[in-house]
Amino acid sequence: MSGIIEPSGIAVSLAEPEPRRLRLDAKAIAAIVILVVFALVALAGRFLPLDPGAIDVTKIFAPPSASHWLGHDDAGRDVLIQLVIGAWPSLVVGLSAAAVAVLIGGTLGVLAGYSRGWLDLVLLRLMDYFIVVPALPFAMVITAIWGPGLGHLIIVIGILLWSTTARVVRAQVKSGRERLYVQRAQALGAGHLHILLRHILPQVIPLIGTTGSLAVALAILTQAALEFFGLAGTGVLSWGTMIRFAFQRDAMLNDAWWFVVPPGLCICIVITACYWLAQSLEKALNPRLSTTDLRVRSFSLRSAREGA
Amino acid sequence: MMTSRSRYLLNKVGIALFGIFATLTLNFFLFRVLPGDAIANMARVPGGSVELREALMRQFGLDKPLWAQYVDYLVQLAQGNLGVSYSSLRPVTEEVMRALGNTVPMTLLGIGIAVIFGVATGILAAWKHGTAIDNVITNTATIVYSAPTQWIAILLVLVFAGILPVSGASDPFAFATDFWSVFWDRLKHMILPSLTLALATFGQYTLVTRSAVLATLGEDYVFAAKAVGFPVRRILAGYALPNALIPIVTLVALSAGTVIGGSVVVETVFSWPGIGRAMYDAIVQRDYPLLQGALLVVTVTVILINLAADIVNMKLDPRIVE
Repeated sequence: MSGIIEPSGIAVSLAEPEPRRLRLDAKAIAAIVILVVFALVALAGRFLPLDPGAIDVTKIFAPPSASHWLGHDDAGRDVLIQLVIGAWPSLVVGLSAAAVAVLIGGTLGVLAGYSRGWLDLVLLRLMDYFIVVPALPFAMVITAIWGPGLGHLIIVIGILLWSTTARVVRAQVKSGRERLYVQRAQALGAGHLHILLRHILPQVIPLIGTTGSLAVALAILTQAALEFFGLAGTGVLSWGTMIRFAFQRDAMLNDAWWFVVPPGLCICIVITACYWLAQSLEKALNPRLSTTDLRVRSFSLRSAREGA
Repeated sequence: MMTSRSRYLLNKVGIALFGIFATLTLNFFLFRVLPGDAIANMARVPGGSVELREALMRQFGLDKPLWAQYVDYLVQLAQGNLGVSYSSLRPVTEEVMRALGNTVPMTLLGIGIAVIFGVATGILAAWKHGTAIDNVITNTATIVYSAPTQWIAILLVLVFAGILPVSGASDPFAFATDFWSVFWDRLKHMILPSLTLALATFGQYTLVTRSAVLATLGEDYVFAAKAVGFPVRRILAGYALPNALIPIVTLVALSAGTVIGGSVVVETVFSWPGIGRAMYDAIVQRDYPLLQGALLVVTVTVILINLAADIVNMKLDPRIVE
């Protein structure tokens, strides 16, 4: 590395500053590990020939044992195997719905932020409306009218959850558009497409990471609620429908916690991982978040550390 | 000459009215895309003829063009008519209002607990920023907020069944009719649903309060107050919190939609005779007029709550109007 030595003795690099690397903290790494493990479980549930067993009246709500770690459900089938099979629809529907939401939100956000005037205003009102509207009741009604089914859930959740992404993207595009280098590119004769692809999108993509993980979390929660209301259609085995069955078939009155706790806990863990990922990404992208502090000592501590 | 205050108000009221109008319209067309129409089932009686079908069409006004039906719908709505429930054969307005009367106290109790607890833990976390207390609060809030509402409800039933009532809004076998007995009975039935709602929603209040307070702690006036040597308590209560209130109020209003969604789930688990339970029953029984009416009332309520928050924010920070 080339450099010169300043009179103070500190080496100053003359080379190009290194591109800012995304530094992920322990939380983000934990979140990624959790998500990868669950993705592997989902793949196993999808492609391995797993069978929760036939209906067996001798094992109704049988408690966990050495051979069946999570016991049996109301029909005497193995809960653990159902949990593994249920992972695939739970994750795929949530991910697809979030992808739909991010795609709609990202497109409309870029469109609104880049265009000034009436189009921006119309889209902004639309975003405001969809942010306020109660998503779950609307999703319930649309799915009930349209007919239950996982495909329908993906689209319904997607078209109800796009507005947060759109707002965040719009704000970023709007401020990015006014930057000097973008105006300079425009003055040099760059077309809209070039500016969007080369200058605006690179600023937007990192944001998609945070709002995307939040969208996945919200989508999975909404999906589980809709499945709880029986809107997944018949014959779907997912974590959401497992909670529904446990509720409908009175697992609580039989103290069969092993039928209720695992599916909800899986949802809870996956969503926590999504939130952690979003929080860490936000922190990494916006270092200002961690500069404020009330502790009196910290100020001197920090300056001491920096001086060293 | 219009002041900036009234322009701000007018703008916000305009947005709310636009939202209400959009909801009315959406609500109308949503139920018109149904496969078949309302009379398809009624005309399917033994000996049902084409004439019967046409007579029913005329009676329900379905022979008119769509825009005329839309105008009819708006005129009836203006008179407070939401139609007749298929399952109870009573006016939907009456049904929805009664259900709303049950939902409001339960939801208010729940959200009250959530806001107080969330804001308190959020301030504590911001104050102890970067310490173990902050970590515990932030992570607990995130994890509990990640749990599906229906799951929290069922877990509470598992734990508290036999100690607290887990179904309905009152004891149908209660003898006492004096005020306090009825009050206690109602309150006892309300505890678990409200607690579920509070647990399911407080996390967002914690996280937003924490970051709002942290953001104000970085301001120059806080720095100045620190330099003067004001005690932490005074900095928090006198400087940081009042300025952090705006995002908190906005969030509480914005979360109205999620909270209503949560109460639909909670009411279904606890058989609470509110508007969420009514929506679930309406879906199961295909009672579309009731479903339509309930959705309309819920959405308009949420829009009005957001309008109220905008007005409160204007009082909190008069600069917002500029």
